[in-house]
Amino acid sequence: MDSLSDYLLLSALLFSLGLCVTLVRRHAILVLIGIELMLNAANLNFIAFWRFGPNPEALDGLLFVLFSLAVAAAEAAVGLALILAVYRRYSVTDVENIDELKG
Amino acid sequence: MAVEWLWLIPALPLLAAGVLTLLPTTAGRAASFVATGSMFLSFVFSGLAWLTTLDQGEFSRTTFDFVWFKTGTAALKIGWVLDPLTAVMLLTVSLVGSLIFLFSVGYLAREERRVTFFAHLSFFAAAMLGLVIANNLLLLFVCWELVGLASWLLIGFWFRKPEAAAAARKAFVVTHIGDMGFFVGMIWLASVAGTLQFFDAGAGCLEETVVHSLGAATILGGLALSTVITLLVLWGAMGKSGQVPLHVWLPDAMEGPTPVSALIHAAAMVAAGVYLLARLFPLLDAVPDSGSLVAVTWVGSLTAFFAALVALGQTDLKRILAWSTISQLGYMMLGLGTGGPAVAMFHLVTHAFFKALLFLGAGSVIQACGHEQDIRRLGGLRRRMPFTFGVYAIGMLALAGFPFLSGFWSKEAIFHSAQVWEVSRIPFVLAVAGALLTAVYMTRQMVYVFFGEHRNSSFQKSFSERAVVTAVPLAALACGAITLGFLGTQAFPLFQEYLEGETAVLAWGDLIGWGSLGLIALSTLLSVGGMALAWGIYRPSQFDPARQQDPLNRWFPRIFRWLENQFFLDEWYRQTVVRGTCLAGRGAEVLDRLIWGPVVRLCAALVQTVAWCSRLADEQLVNRGFDRVCRAVRQGAAWCSERQNGRVQTYIKYVGASLALVVWVLILIDRS
Repeated sequence: MDSLSDYLLLSALLFSLGLCVTLVRRHAILVLIGIELMLNAANLNFIAFWRFGPNPEALDGLLFVLFSLAVAAAEAAVGLALILAVYRRYSVTDVENIDELKG
Repeated sequence: MAVEWLWLIPALPLLAAGVLTLLPTTAGRAASFVATGSMFLSFVFSGLAWLTTLDQGEFSRTTFDFVWFKTGTAALKIGWVLDPLTAVMLLTVSLVGSLIFLFSVGYLAREERRVTFFAHLSFFAAAMLGLVIANNLLLLFVCWELVGLASWLLIGFWFRKPEAAAAARKAFVVTHIGDMGFFVGMIWLASVAGTLQFFDAGAGCLEETVVHSLGAATILGGLALSTVITLLVLWGAMGKSGQVPLHVWLPDAMEGPTPVSALIHAAAMVAAGVYLLARLFPLLDAVPDSGSLVAVTWVGSLTAFFAALVALGQTDLKRILAWSTISQLGYMMLGLGTGGPAVAMFHLVTHAFFKALLFLGAGSVIQACGHEQDIRRLGGLRRRMPFTFGVYAIGMLALAGFPFLSGFWSKEAIFHSAQVWEVSRIPFVLAVAGALLTAVYMTRQMVYVFFGEHRNSSFQKSFSERAVVTAVPLAALACGAITLGFLGTQAFPLFQEYLEGETAVLAWGDLIGWGSLGLIALSTLLSVGGMALAWGIYRPSQFDPARQQDPLNRWFPRIFRWLENQFFLDEWYRQTVVRGTCLAGRGAEVLDRLIWGPVVRLCAALVQTVAWCSRLADEQLVNRGFDRVCRAVRQGAAWCSERQNGRVQTYIKYVGASLALVVWVLILIDRS
């Protein structure tokens, strides 16, 4: 585990897993978890490119990740709130049954 | 009344005409009051205008101009002029006009379309008054045409009668044959003089500069430009004033109601031609021995004699008067050609009075005798209608030139100027012969209508010849017919000097001078001799119209046939002009059918073919292509809308697939 491509492979794996979870699972919270996974894959990429990049002393990669984590936290809060609102309205948490995102 | 307000004079009758057109047909009484009242008011204003011209003491001419419209840099000005000529004409037209209006109130009391009649009559008077005040030939021409239009309406007032409709049409067409000349002359004048203003502070077309330059310029044949233009205008005046050879409409115009005839003959229509020439006199007189004045003189004298001759053979009460009008208009032209506008205008004024008197008297007779106009079936009315007989006799004596009545003095003035005309003596001789004939035919008519036995079965005893509306105009006109002549005697030519802007001096010597005294004797001899001659031929003890033919017919049947049929001029025109026009029309029709029609049809077919092709292209190419595109767009849209199923995971699937695609493409690019 000491070359860039290893990290990238790991991150791609993580992203694919997240995507799979998002697409396959039906429970809304699990879909949200999948999205978080994909986000973390992107964060891993940031860190990897920073560490193996031409200027590892500066902390810019880390800074991006911190930002991204903060956004992810906010996003999780918004997502959970959305799920809660949908549940209250339709009494379902199964995304298969929510098909009104059109028109 | 200042010149700025001169427009009020024609505006009043015009306003009345406008108001009357809006009145319901039942308001006949109100209509006649409005029309007559406005006309009398017009007369009052005319009197005020006349007083203004007197005030100055010397010759006064004031004008008032304003810009009618502008095109580019050129501005068309029109305006009014107030000088003695205008004032005299205004007074005559409005006074005689209002008396005729008053007479019409009684004459048409039972007419259903009385409102229309008075509307047209007011319009007629308005047009004539407008013509008189115009300070611009174009404005004068406009009013001239309006007079023509109004006369058409009025002559054809009883349009259900085919003769009346035909007479109206004939009057319109014949006067417009003359108007063509007027129009061309006017355009020509405008193009060479640059203005149609009569008086414009030295720049008008009747003032020194323009007249001089027009007189100096010559065109082909050495004629002065002014002469050619005025000859063209003369052609128009001949049409309007019924001069030979354009006189044929005037006798037929008798089909209109009698007050209309009176108005046409006395004040409004036929006087317009003489007035026009009097107004344009500076142009006619631009060069010494001007050809147009010679033409005016010849036309006038020939007309005067010819019409008097024809009147001798007529049997219709009004037609005789019509021919006498033509003859008297000839005298006016003769006076204008030899003696200038003052002489012509003097006769115009006196003639307006006695001719209106004669026509209105004839109107009374016709009304009393159940609309009988044939003098052979009238007669002996002297005892039954003494008042009418009296005033008619005054009119007749004035027309025949009986000593010291108005017609005597005005005709004597014409003789006076014709006698000293240098070019030829023939017009004078014709005028003298015409005067003799005038006395004869008027006496003949008087004897037929008023003397002898009563021959008319439909005489209406109920008709009152002394009703106010009938008697007042007749009496007033009779006064005029007696006294007006004294305004212009040789001894004290007040009228002439007023028109020419000099102060009249009483000079008995002029009257007694050899030339004058001789002429007075000649005039007296002519009228008294003519009347005596006619009395000798037609007096009741000698001749009975009920059983015998006209003596002239018995003695000279061949000549009488010519007189009776007005020298067959109508027939001649029918055979030549009318038939020629018809032939030309038919030729044009054939040309139309054989050449122009097919050409037009061919063009139409070509255009149709082109249009058909373009329609085909439109339907087959443009529309179909467009339809196909539309269908494709719609199908694509339907496919897309199926993909949008509302499930969030489907959308993420698309995003994922697109991501995979992007990655794949990037890998492919990286490889190559």
